[in-house]
Amino acid sequence: MALNFIRKLALTSLLFFTASTTVYAQTFVFTAIPDEDETKLVERFRGVADYLSEELDADVRYIPVKSYAAAVSAFRNNQVQLAWFGGLSGVQARSLVPGSEAIAQGEEDQAFFNYFIAHKSTDLERADTLTDDLRGKTFTFGSKGSTSGRLIPEYHIRNIFGEAPEDVFERVGFSGNHTRTLRLVESGTYDVGAINYKVWEKELEDGNINTDDVKIIWKTPAYPNYQWSIRGDVDQNYGEGFTDRVRKALLALDDPELLESFPRSAFVPASNSDYEPIRSVAKDIGIID
Amino acid sequence: MLSSPTVRTSLIFTAIAVVSLVFADIAVTSANPWKDLGRFFLGIITPDFFSTEGLATALLRTVAFAFVGVALGSVGGFLLALAYRAYPVRIFCAFIRAIHELFWALIFLQFFGFHPLTGVLAIAIPYAGIFAKVYSEILEEADPEPGRLLPPGTGVISAFLFARIPDCWVQMRTYTAYRLECGLRSSAILGFVGLPTLGFYLESAFSQGHYSDAGAMLILFYVLIATLPLWVKPKLLPVYILGAPFFLGEGMPIVWGNVTRFFTQDIVPSPLKNEEGWAGMGSWLGELFVDQALPGIWNTVILTQIALVATGIIALLAFPLISTHFGGPARRTGGHVFLVILRSTPEYILAYILLQLWGPSMLPAVVALALHNGGIIGHLIGRQSSSIALRPDAPSGLDRYTYELVPRIYRSFLAFLFYRWEIIMRETAILGILGIYTLGFYVDSAIQNIQFDKAMVLILITASLNIGVDILGRFIRRKLALQTMPTC
Repeated sequence: MALNFIRKLALTSLLFFTASTTVYAQTFVFTAIPDEDETKLVERFRGVADYLSEELDADVRYIPVKSYAAAVSAFRNNQVQLAWFGGLSGVQARSLVPGSEAIAQGEEDQAFFNYFIAHKSTDLERADTLTDDLRGKTFTFGSKGSTSGRLIPEYHIRNIFGEAPEDVFERVGFSGNHTRTLRLVESGTYDVGAINYKVWEKELEDGNINTDDVKIIWKTPAYPNYQWSIRGDVDQNYGEGFTDRVRKALLALDDPELLESFPRSAFVPASNSDYEPIRSVAKDIGIID
Repeated sequence: MLSSPTVRTSLIFTAIAVVSLVFADIAVTSANPWKDLGRFFLGIITPDFFSTEGLATALLRTVAFAFVGVALGSVGGFLLALAYRAYPVRIFCAFIRAIHELFWALIFLQFFGFHPLTGVLAIAIPYAGIFAKVYSEILEEADPEPGRLLPPGTGVISAFLFARIPDCWVQMRTYTAYRLECGLRSSAILGFVGLPTLGFYLESAFSQGHYSDAGAMLILFYVLIATLPLWVKPKLLPVYILGAPFFLGEGMPIVWGNVTRFFTQDIVPSPLKNEEGWAGMGSWLGELFVDQALPGIWNTVILTQIALVATGIIALLAFPLISTHFGGPARRTGGHVFLVILRSTPEYILAYILLQLWGPSMLPAVVALALHNGGIIGHLIGRQSSSIALRPDAPSGLDRYTYELVPRIYRSFLAFLFYRWEIIMRETAILGILGIYTLGFYVDSAIQNIQFDKAMVLILITASLNIGVDILGRFIRRKLALQTMPTC
């Protein structure tokens, strides 16, 4: 009986490995950093997948991932060919994939900014900079790999206080994404948080923020953020001129509902060099080598 | 009483835990913890089974990954068990089982990506290490008598199959079936890092506060585990094992170049890659050690020691719930359901839930570890206490508990607790991914920063720590002459 069992197991593993090496049709796959509530992301990017399928006359699929690094790895590993990255994840991803380029960004991403928000119990008021009143409070970033949730806020905290966030604040956390940062500061779990202004405005517009409990205390200077990045070998694998077609399709996207879901007013051309400022800040902080 | 070594050991560990409490970060930081907890329980009692698209598929995948992972792990473990006497094999097995499934998954995700192989290997590899150890122990304890009765000239393989295996078969089968339950738990939590199992949806539902969806998923998961004996029958097993690989989902194709790249570039320490030589390597390692490994080790050890003692307290409090010496059948059934829920909920999921509700500190982790592990040990010693025959005139109530039962089960209680010491530490490290500053936090940070060289060094440090605690736990069990059966 034992032998029989073992034989069956061996056969199974064999079947498993053959099943898993089947050749796949050339589907064009993209992903996005999980910067907001997943339901919203899935809804938004399924719309984009449908739109791109039609425009490119190809099979286009969106896969959701659980972390920023997973999005970067999938792009690097050629399991996705296109991605909606933040400034930092885009820089990381493109430096890992030779020939890849930023092809489009949101109109608003050319001059993106952040809000620092605080719970009412802190009695902090809006100011032109981060004040010493923040010392000893608890603070949450968004995701560890986020530009607006981590990189930019950390940069400014270090710049203004001359110290690491852990030394300025009593407790420093990573909420995971912007929606959660908002919820955690709104509920008072953290005193202060840093949030992407687009998420704040959209949630405010949708009536999801109790402005009695949480308010803006500082707006950061502008920086370049989100962009669509595409791998350099796409033309080779999907046909000459495919990159251009993707770029054109994204720039031509004018479905108001789809744009509203991002939320962006339009997509405009972008290039790798637009993100130099992000790279140098990330280097300063030591997030990239 | 102090002269008893078991009491002394218990007191020393309690003292360590109390001292650790001073250094630990224990707090409820959310403003409305009870309101959220209330909403969560409301969600559990008003489950919504139909709002999550793909929930059925996720359950199927959870089962499929568990079957394939455990099956491969058991075959691998069996083969390793045959060579378990060899010292290098032992070291190898200790090493692969010291790395948590989630760490394995995070490693494989970097080069296999979202391919089913990532999830399967993440379960199969550490399980092979555990199977190897347990199988070899079972094989060693087999009765040598049948072997001596074989006619001279019997081949080694025949002797093994006909004289050794039959004696061990039942035990091995029981243990393997038991691991399948563990495999389901492991498979479910792999979803938290992006594999298409239950954890994937559970994480989304929780983080968005959709407690009714989350409640439905948890209930389905409990039902799945509680009904295991009903649908996993020896006769059906081959069907499941042959069928499971076809239900893993397609995932994304593997690009083999990524595998080569991972091993030849990604995990090579950056000073060596940049040709800074061994001098650069020294300062790189030193910095990594001081800035990340040391605080990670410190927090991991502190949290482990507190959780260990808390686990013991929960176990001692919980076992009367199912013991026949207390209460009637109705209360015992309630107790069984309660303990099944505690031990079927992986620590990771419990900690995740509590972190959402109470805010970040070590407290949710301690409570999660204590509830889950306490539930397991409570179940085991509760069952054992039921087999103790008390005198008809034995005291009842609290006296029965303190003077009759606890002293009688205390040794096996300690044995289970020290056996789980290493498991608690492994889980403690992994809970760092959720934002508690244990080693897992630094591993996750390194991965988020695409610094796999650092991540690998930190994973190796975590594994060494686990191996160390495993050895220490075994040493203490031997010193106190405690015997136990393996649990997961």
